[in-house]
Amino acid sequence: MSRFVGQLQTLIWKELLVEARGRETVLAGAVFALLVLVVFNFAFDLRVENVAAVAPGVLWVTVTFAGVLSLGRSFSRERDRRTLDGLLLAPIDRSALYLAKVVASVASMLLVEVIALPAFIGLFNLTVDLPLLVAALVLGTLGLAGVGTLFAAIAAHTRARDVMLPLLLFPIQVPVILATVKSTGAAIRVPGLDPPELGQWLGLLIAFDALFLGLSVVLFDYAIEEE
Amino acid sequence: MSALSAQGLTARYPGQPVSRPALLDVDLDLERGERLLLLGPNGAGKSTFIRVFAGLMHAARGKALVAGHPARAAREMVGVVSHATFLYDELTAAENLRFYGQLYGVPDVAERGAALLERVGLTHAAEVQVGRLSRGQQQRVAIARALLHDPPVLLLDEPDTGLDAGAFGPLEELTTSGERTVVLTTHNLSNGLRLGTRAAVLSRGRLVHQQPGLSSVDGVPLGHLLEELARA
Repeated sequence: MSRFVGQLQTLIWKELLVEARGRETVLAGAVFALLVLVVFNFAFDLRVENVAAVAPGVLWVTVTFAGVLSLGRSFSRERDRRTLDGLLLAPIDRSALYLAKVVASVASMLLVEVIALPAFIGLFNLTVDLPLLVAALVLGTLGLAGVGTLFAAIAAHTRARDVMLPLLLFPIQVPVILATVKSTGAAIRVPGLDPPELGQWLGLLIAFDALFLGLSVVLFDYAIEEE
Repeated sequence: MSALSAQGLTARYPGQPVSRPALLDVDLDLERGERLLLLGPNGAGKSTFIRVFAGLMHAARGKALVAGHPARAAREMVGVVSHATFLYDELTAAENLRFYGQLYGVPDVAERGAALLERVGLTHAAEVQVGRLSRGQQQRVAIARALLHDPPVLLLDEPDTGLDAGAFGPLEELTTSGERTVVLTTHNLSNGLRLGTRAAVLSRGRLVHQQPGLSSVDGVPLGHLLEELARA
């Protein structure tokens, strides 16, 4: 167990250091997210009564597509540079490799969200229940990164990996995105209107995250093996 | 028990026809301390042989054993130097060695890394990001990386890529020290003859020639070897 934790810490340290020095995914993701939010802001003529219905979808379209950029890079970069072979040569538990990738993806996606969230609130002139919104963002990001990391590992073996990742990921991701959008909607306050019921959505989101993360840990060993 | 043993080893890549595997029924045993020079034309199966014993590829049939253990369960006993360095450009040479050393559970990893960098003549570049090193310097860091955990079996797949003649010396010294078992593939026959103690020739996935001894001054075995290579 202590060896597993040590390897996990080492892998996370490497992931964060490589990203901090390369600044590839966070920069690209943040610029992409801001552009999408600006485009949506111009495209939709939001009135008070429909802002709570539309804004959560806008936020999660932005987060999901920016997240796919980051997830795709996490394995394609390793594969293109052959560092993935270096990792697979080492006597490490494959689930440590998976969890390190998830932690790194969550960290870079949350960083993108920290940049995008003020723009989202400002552009759409929203009042939000911040703790609930942050909870929805963190749990939604964890669900996206959990499944996305597994499929990024599978897609990295294919020639059309940039196309394959969203094709594999989005259908599986529907329950998480649905629960996340509903939870985000409940965090948006519109003057004069009652906030939508949160109901069981946050609980469902936690359950989906746990289920998908657990399954992904088990399946990752098969996903990462190439030949 | 052999240090490295291939028993009816057959391997193929995904999508490769069953009738044309990358390796076909290869039988080979290496004793501790032997250094095998594996020769053959492009596509003969040399790199596939290395990948199977490195645990990166499944055997479709037969066995690949390292000290009696299946290769995929013996990763900590094997070191690999390839034409790809497996190094992260963003990390310094010392950080790369620390990273891989910790994955292999190497004690006193910082000291071990520093000692190996000194052996490959790169102490001055320890704190330089690998992406800023020359190709030959990167390859020398890769050699240090492969030796971090002092593996009893060393797999060298064209390790002289990017190395100048002077830099091949440390590689030769490091790989021939101790009782290490080595498998080497190279297109540079001269370098191969310096390192190898025996040779084998692969052609289209089959082992077509094995030679128990190898010496650059021993004309007859070397002549056989070159004849087989020409035929392959």
